[in-house]
Amino acid sequence: MDLNLDWGVLLQESPTGDGPYWQLLWTGAKWTVATALTGWALALLVGSIVGVMRTLPYKPLAWLGDAYVEVVRNIPLLVQLFFWFFVWPELLPREIGLWYKQDMPYPEFITAALALGWFTAARVAEQVKSGILSLPRGQKNAALALGFTLPQTYRLVVLPQAFRIVIPPLTSEFMNIFKNSAAALAIGLTELTFQMKQMVEYSNEVIVSIAAVTTIYMVMAFAVNRGMAWLERKSRIPGMIGGGR
Amino acid sequence: MNADASTMIRFVNVNKWYGRDHHVLKNINLEVRQGEVVVVCGPSGSGKSTLIRTINQLEPINDGEIWVDSVRVNDPRTDINTLRAEVGFVFQHFNLYPHLTVLDNITLAPIQVKKITRDLAERTALELLERVGLAHKKDAYPANLSGGQQQRVAIARGLAMNPQVMLFDEPTSALDPEMIGEVLAVMKQLAESGMTMMVVTHEMGFAREVADRVVFLDQGEIVEDARPEEFFTNPRSERARQFLRQILAPLHQ
Repeated sequence: MDLNLDWGVLLQESPTGDGPYWQLLWTGAKWTVATALTGWALALLVGSIVGVMRTLPYKPLAWLGDAYVEVVRNIPLLVQLFFWFFVWPELLPREIGLWYKQDMPYPEFITAALALGWFTAARVAEQVKSGILSLPRGQKNAALALGFTLPQTYRLVVLPQAFRIVIPPLTSEFMNIFKNSAAALAIGLTELTFQMKQMVEYSNEVIVSIAAVTTIYMVMAFAVNRGMAWLERKSRIPGMIGGGR
Repeated sequence: MNADASTMIRFVNVNKWYGRDHHVLKNINLEVRQGEVVVVCGPSGSGKSTLIRTINQLEPINDGEIWVDSVRVNDPRTDINTLRAEVGFVFQHFNLYPHLTVLDNITLAPIQVKKITRDLAERTALELLERVGLAHKKDAYPANLSGGQQQRVAIARGLAMNPQVMLFDEPTSALDPEMIGEVLAVMKQLAESGMTMMVVTHEMGFAREVADRVVFLDQGEIVEDARPEEFFTNPRSERARQFLRQILAPLHQ
């Protein structure tokens, strides 16, 4: 078998005018990281709020949280991307909608980060909820019995434990958001996969292009994984889950 | 309410249902006076845990009134968090916060709820740990303590709020037999210091020795409310006699 790989192509100038091919990929990687991290910040914030809402003793709030998760989980990410790109600006008040479509800076990036953030938030909410529900009921009671308000009970007793428990599943979601960001090529964000397609088209080095991008994705996911493992170790409580290792 | 000024806890015609059919507390009338130690006992499912949990409204009631130190607990206008801060509660399963050290377990509520300084909270906590014999464990995490030690810390945690009343919900039921004594000793010492206490327990030795009164509950009703010597030597109801036979000599019924 002769694959005839020309790794040197990475150093060749691309006809897109963006410098050599490696630089094309580097730009893509930067957009991928920026989109994933922005999306993750949104997902963590919204997901935590929604996850907590679903465990509160106020029916309408819990119902609202459940409804959000059900809707978002059941629609493909790609469809959601198109929704945020094409439909959402039409739903906004006219002026804001026009601005969104015409003048907003980095429209593809902002839309992709929003879509990924809201999409991943539903999954984070599911993890946070199950983390909270996995705690013994006595924890909440013990806090309430000492006079804590419900917000204090969550902030000081419930969430510090729940978040520690869900670090491993959250790690998967954090890695997923990097990989899912590839879908943003559909709305024209020049992220890593988009750049890979460019490189394939212009250079005809399909295997080299895919191999290079695959490596970059793997490095990213691995970095996230190691970072989260470090966080898990740092936050481990003596005697609790995994503490005996 | 024209209750005696020294009344600390007062139940007036309290009823509670789980769902529509399960009547767990039936027309409860009960008073605990300041400094009194009242032991609540009864067969499992009799409603004793529910009864003690209604006092700080961990279990809401459907009907009647509960008063703690002239504050009506089940009045919607009562600030339940303020009231709970005055009522110490010790759980069967300790429920220490596993992510905090022993010291932080004790100081968390005084700092966050009573807003006292960390410095003062820690000094009080150390005194209390001294009192329950665990000062050397202040930096340990709950998972590294034995059950008996955890329960003593839980008692110290309750006391750190300087409560008017201490409630105990089967505090020794989850303990290995050899650890029951150390917890009961702390509770006895607390009773001797004049604390008002209500204790749900099967430890009849504790009831006999420490309690001022024993309340016997069966199927949600208060069947007996008597001094310990009377309750143990001469129970009036057949239900109490049967319960005592089962609990004191389980092999010889």
